[in-house]
Amino acid sequence: MATLSGEAWRVDPEVAAAAPGPVLPHVSIRPARGWTALNLGELWQYRELLLFLIWRDIKVRYKQTALGAAWAILQPVFSMVVFSLFFGRLAKVPSDGIPYPVFAYCALLPWQLFAYALTESSNSVVANERLITKVYFPRLVIPIAGVLAGLVDFSIAFSVLIFLMLRYGIVPTWTIATLPLFVLLAILTALAAGLWLSALNVQYRDVRYTVGFLTQIWLFLSPVAYPSSLVPERWRPLYGLNPMAGVVEGFRWALVGKTAPPGAMLAVSVMVVLLLLVGGLFYFRRMENSFADVI
Amino acid sequence: MSDLAIRCEGIAKQYRIGQRERHRDLRDTVTDAVTAPFRRVRAALHGGNGRRSSGPAAIWALENVSFEVRQGEVLGIIGRNGAGKSTLLKILSRITWPTRGSADIYGRVGSLLEVGTGFHPELTGRENVYLNGAILGMKKAEIAHKFDEIVAFSELEKFIDTPVKRYSSGMYMRLAFAVAAHIQTEILMVDEVLAVGDLQFQKKCLGKMDEVAKHGRTVLFVSHNMLVLQKLCTAGIVLDAGTVVSQGRIGSCVRCYSQLLESRPDFTAATALDGSLAIKTVRILDEQGQPTVTWPYGQRLIVEVDTSVSVPCQRLALDVTFYTSDGQRLFGLQSDSLSGRTAYDAGLHTVRFEIENPGLTVPEMYFDVGLRTTGVGYEAMLPCAGYLILKGYVPPHAHNLNLITPSASAIWS
Repeated sequence: MATLSGEAWRVDPEVAAAAPGPVLPHVSIRPARGWTALNLGELWQYRELLLFLIWRDIKVRYKQTALGAAWAILQPVFSMVVFSLFFGRLAKVPSDGIPYPVFAYCALLPWQLFAYALTESSNSVVANERLITKVYFPRLVIPIAGVLAGLVDFSIAFSVLIFLMLRYGIVPTWTIATLPLFVLLAILTALAAGLWLSALNVQYRDVRYTVGFLTQIWLFLSPVAYPSSLVPERWRPLYGLNPMAGVVEGFRWALVGKTAPPGAMLAVSVMVVLLLLVGGLFYFRRMENSFADVI
Repeated sequence: MSDLAIRCEGIAKQYRIGQRERHRDLRDTVTDAVTAPFRRVRAALHGGNGRRSSGPAAIWALENVSFEVRQGEVLGIIGRNGAGKSTLLKILSRITWPTRGSADIYGRVGSLLEVGTGFHPELTGRENVYLNGAILGMKKAEIAHKFDEIVAFSELEKFIDTPVKRYSSGMYMRLAFAVAAHIQTEILMVDEVLAVGDLQFQKKCLGKMDEVAKHGRTVLFVSHNMLVLQKLCTAGIVLDAGTVVSQGRIGSCVRCYSQLLESRPDFTAATALDGSLAIKTVRILDEQGQPTVTWPYGQRLIVEVDTSVSVPCQRLALDVTFYTSDGQRLFGLQSDSLSGRTAYDAGLHTVRFEIENPGLTVPEMYFDVGLRTTGVGYEAMLPCAGYLILKGYVPPHAHNLNLITPSASAIWS
């Protein structure tokens, strides 16, 4: 193997002296072979890019809309009104002694966060095709940014809840301190599913059509319009296999505090999310080698 | 050993047919459609020759590519379309993985496989500078520090808070290149990014590239433009059908590439940034209408260019500009001044130039094809679209270039 051009090689002596010789970072490129390490340290190095991508998604989300960020409020509020009318008033669905609008809104908040985060992250890799085929960075940044961008809408919609609780005279108890944990669980659930779906979406665009359908079904499988107390006690841990069941009931418990803590159901939910998430991370890492070739 | 920047050993990349063919842009489709038969024929010819054959469903985009680049070296990667240049850069940029072989890179890598990657049309110029900088691997503080310099380089001070969707394609390119030009990695990989933009800005970009090259940074540069390559690079490698056919001094690489073009002319395609205009094919024909690479003295040469226009265009013109092999401009033909017509409907148009050889005293030349709508900037540009050998004329003063513009006509259809 010949080296190239001997005497044609020229370097400014000053630059050559200043250049850090052996401390240069070394990148080794080898053929991709199956499962690889997650390399979360590298992900941390690219945290600024992650923030920029989240910032971009937020900035662009309501550009050229008449109502702007009001959309973040309108969607859950309208759902709450419709749910209150049809499930609360007409169908008389029980609400564990909580006024139905508050009952529904407490659940719609994490639900909308989850549904948005799941949809965004599932489409994120395909939507960022240009980046993936032209620049190197840890690909995990993309679905993670898609999930986290949903937090802004969530915060805006949360302000309505404060108003609702004042209106119904509900004062939160100490349990509200656990709320961030349930937000985290909702985010991780969306990320776990999003990792699998976004990687699959690269190969099979069917995923795009599946996600809308999936979130619809998932909504009915989660205690958003009805309380999980409708599910017989002994089936509840099984019901917790749907992680959003744990998240939604956890939200109600943390915010209103009147319902029983989700307990066993939550424990099952957390286990399921962790399994899905770790599996999703490794699956994504395995598939990302071929993203640029297949996308 | 310590001055090594990149070492590639036996890099090979296999694509399954069909794998790359989904969701691609038109440019790739056209390019591949044209080059695929060559690759396949070549693969078939060499199939029993020690090369690993992987059945009809696979294409080796690269085979056994080995080379080394030392720190501070500027390496030109030369080859026809589909030769594997971009695949090689993508592997070295860690965008795709090699099927076999290995590469070791010492130093941080900045890749410019496209100018303006990640630009968002809804965001302002300022916001896009930060976003694009972050995507290219710069830290926020680094971008903030360089921000004024970047804006000054782009000459877009007045428009920096305007959404880039309101920019012209030239402004867009200027801003994008300005960000890219300020990447401070030890190694820079650049793929054919100077092809669009107005001529003055192209010069500025080349100047910047030259500056980068002279400051001891390692640069890998893919281009079709022999003139630019000869100006910037110290060394080169020539790829053909995925294998290295020549490596060493840039001059000998360019000669090798010329020989390749002579045996099989390279027909490329270029699309304007907004996708509205495209140069699809270029054909060089002799008086009998047969494809050729030679232009005998006293004979007529026909250059036919297929273009596609997606929206009706009021001021459209196609230029063919001829250069000597060392980059001096010989003469240029403008379709608007030759045919008098500038308005075109959406659709496919072919422009046909018929040129008399007036006795040009050069042995060989290249030409560029550019589509422009208004002014002097090109919307779509094919650098080194063709290569010609001039024959049958013994020049009286070999070192004085004959600058007579040949008589020519242009017909649009």
